[in-house]
Amino acid sequence: MAATISPSVDLSAALVAAPPTLAEWLVILPVAWCLAIGALLVMLRRPIGLHPTIAMSGLAGLLLIDGLLLREIAENGPLTMVMGRWLPPFGIAFTADLTGALFAFAAALVALVAGVFSLADINDSGRRYGFYPLLMLLMAGVSGAFLTGDIFNLYVWFEVLLISSFGLLVLGSEPEQIDGTVKYGFLNLVATTLFLIATGYLYAVFGTLNMADVATKAEALRDRAPLMTLTGLFMLAFAMKAAAFPVNFWLPASYHTPRVAVSALFAGLLTKVGIYALVRVMVMLFPVEREELSFILAVAGALTMIVGVLGALAQTDFRRILGYLIVSGIGSMLAGIAVGGPGGIGGVIFYALHSMLVMTGLYFASGIAMRLGASSSIAALAGLYRRHVGFAALTLMLCFAVSGLPPFSGFWPKVMLVKAALDIGAWWLAAALLLAGFLTMIVTGRLFLLAFWREAPPADGEAVSLSPAAFGPLAVLTGLTLLIGLYPEPLLAVIQDAAAGLAEPSAYVNSVFPEGGPQ
Amino acid sequence: MEAWFALLVGVFFTVAVYLMLSKFIIRVLLGVAVLGNAVNLLIFTGGRLTREVPPIIPEGAKSLAAPAANALPQALILTAIVISFSFFAFLLVLSWRAYSDLATDNTDEMRVAEPADEPLPPLGY
Repeated sequence: MAATISPSVDLSAALVAAPPTLAEWLVILPVAWCLAIGALLVMLRRPIGLHPTIAMSGLAGLLLIDGLLLREIAENGPLTMVMGRWLPPFGIAFTADLTGALFAFAAALVALVAGVFSLADINDSGRRYGFYPLLMLLMAGVSGAFLTGDIFNLYVWFEVLLISSFGLLVLGSEPEQIDGTVKYGFLNLVATTLFLIATGYLYAVFGTLNMADVATKAEALRDRAPLMTLTGLFMLAFAMKAAAFPVNFWLPASYHTPRVAVSALFAGLLTKVGIYALVRVMVMLFPVEREELSFILAVAGALTMIVGVLGALAQTDFRRILGYLIVSGIGSMLAGIAVGGPGGIGGVIFYALHSMLVMTGLYFASGIAMRLGASSSIAALAGLYRRHVGFAALTLMLCFAVSGLPPFSGFWPKVMLVKAALDIGAWWLAAALLLAGFLTMIVTGRLFLLAFWREAPPADGEAVSLSPAAFGPLAVLTGLTLLIGLYPEPLLAVIQDAAAGLAEPSAYVNSVFPEGGPQ
Repeated sequence: MEAWFALLVGVFFTVAVYLMLSKFIIRVLLGVAVLGNAVNLLIFTGGRLTREVPPIIPEGAKSLAAPAANALPQALILTAIVISFSFFAFLLVLSWRAYSDLATDNTDEMRVAEPADEPLPPLGY
């Protein structure tokens, strides 16, 4: 009602005056695109034959959009787009910096290869129950979480990806899946509720939910506001999302139950969203509190690493081994957040990107192994090497990569993390990182020895050929792992810029508040 | 007013935690629902509770004259209610399905994905 506003109030300072530029649309486009394709797929419920084509083109388009966004941000710095004419902190802003764009790009890549793998893995009933629409909605949630610049908005995207992941997890509704989803669902819901509690406190303390605004106001409020409580709550909520010890047990209980393509997608994306949120909140918003909490984080990280890898050693099921290896990798990333500094944070980002590729690849390998050997237990699997040499070679490379051996992508982030830990004198953390790497090597070595190298009964040992839809994604991910391992410089340069942008968020803040401060 | 609401939120949290510690899914589910409402009330309290002052800027002024309740937390709660309601609906259906398929709603007996009596992993060839 314009009549109630007196003419002396000038609202133009709080409203968007100029239309957004074409580049700014890139920030929101990944989310809008995924939602549009997802909606289209929901509308086309009957002709399920069309679903794979539409979803594949959608995911390829998403990869392209994220690539353009990454290039734009690498050249011109963080980008902000505001919804609904209100400028931040009033309006909801989507802000992408280098870290968010890198994660979004890697997520799109993982989703595309998982989509290709799903051609061989998801049958007609899976398609009829909406695998592809759920996949697109999951990607909308993941992209939104990586690109939003508002804490409450982050909560909303967490929920979007969570409800889509529930749908993907029960796809098939076998008793195992129902059991896994019950645990996954309840524990993740508790984690997001914790996140919501923290968000409510954040608003009560700061009166704003915009991340850039919080980052600038935190310094002034540090003396009188309970920022440590806030940071602790955020840390617990996101650590639960990321499956850190001792709140990790939902992950190995559920990740081995769904279809392989779904497991692979989850392994690549979901825990990394938790890590991303942890990095965003602890490093960018509350750096001083991160410093004070770093010992707790470091202990949690070390325990996560070791407990995860020991859990993997105790399993016989291929996919459950991998579930524990994801947990172990999360520990390395937590250690990096605890160490901080350019080396630690750069190591976290690098490790997360590497883990997205490698864990997805390993889940693909587990799916192919289950098809070749008709079992998922490494007590029963045998002689896979003889059945398909190329597959065995790719799996061995991924095993090396996940253990952090050169010349694969796991080596460089591990070096960065160990060096960063040694630089601040946390020798025990460096030792835990190396020990976890060594134990991971034993786990993957045992896996390879038993499932691939062991002689099989002659009837099972015949060579088979694999469909390109199953073999191709594995080959692409392994190739990328090898490429990053051999030639890490370009990626490393981008990651160092991203880590510097998190530690010194002035470019991020300037992008949200172009005049230099909140109005 | 705030003190009473803080007390109420505390009671809600207590009930939620007590219910969520149960072994039976249906109780855990009720606990999750109560927890969602506890958080909503918490956010509501965070935005000041003043009933008398409507947040309307008087003629000629640039800001509110008296401290009024913040309207934004109410918008946040609205979103959170929608989300937690959809989750509650999904989990309710899931629990019912789990009960009918697994023939139990006791989480101790619900060990299909992680069987309790698994064979040891192979130690050698």
